[in-house]
Amino acid sequence: MSNSSSSPIAFLSRRYHFSASHRLHTDAYDEQRNRDVYGKCNNPHGHGHNYTVQVTFRGPVNAETGMVCNLGDLDAFARTNLLEPFDHTNLNTLKCFADAVSTTENLSIEVQRIFAEFPYARLERVHIEETGNNSFDCTGDSTPGRF
Amino acid sequence: MIFLTRKAEFSSAHFYWNDAWTKEENERVFGKCANRNGHGHNYTLEVTVAGEVDPVSGFVVDLKELKEILEREVVSVYDHRHLNYEVPEFRTAIPTTENIAVAIWQRLDGKVPNARLHRVRVYEMADLFADFYGEYAHE
Repeated sequence: MSNSSSSPIAFLSRRYHFSASHRLHTDAYDEQRNRDVYGKCNNPHGHGHNYTVQVTFRGPVNAETGMVCNLGDLDAFARTNLLEPFDHTNLNTLKCFADAVSTTENLSIEVQRIFAEFPYARLERVHIEETGNNSFDCTGDSTPGRF
Repeated sequence: MIFLTRKAEFSSAHFYWNDAWTKEENERVFGKCANRNGHGHNYTLEVTVAGEVDPVSGFVVDLKELKEILEREVVSVYDHRHLNYEVPEFRTAIPTTENIAVAIWQRLDGKVPNARLHRVRVYEMADLFADFYGEYAHE
């Protein structure tokens, strides 16, 4: 902007929503221990959530566009790589949860891995709200400490 | 150190356009946002300041004073205005959420007594927001 010798570094955050079912269960435990550890979440029939995924990108504000990255590019990337594969699915059936329990911790790590591939800006953080009361943050390799 | 956050809201019109580009180029990059008739948003501003608690007042800053600073420096200038036409910093800069956060930082920096500006967060809508911490990359 007015400071022509340097670009401001900004953080852009976008929130996406998808709905999915899952069941928390691990073959490493017996049935009783699964019930003890995961409680209601171990219900064999599964249950579901409306997930909110918030992704934050850090970068210089481009002098020509005024943007960290083009929102159209980000939305298209999210549609292809997050919403189409995850929305209205059973998370346990997805390849990424073949060997991992479908907790939101593991989901946030997977979503971090996905958005780290976005080519136009550097991913700073993934924040996932499983319900209004539970949320999880994954920073990957980037510096923690922002809020 | 305590971080204190105050919200304010403003409703404004804007559009995205780079005069150095053709109409087709603007429409390709900015999509619907390039409509020259403009469109608008209810913006939410969150300003976070950092400071130590005054042992007598128990405040980092007087919230009433912070509210008045946000009103004077930002809301009275932006609210119910067309950002491109009526706010000086956007005669040259495109009023993206990122640039609005930077502009509000520049308006507030040094204006809040007894506290350091920590973060300016601007929500264009509930699912899109930008943060600025006063950081610059030297080119």
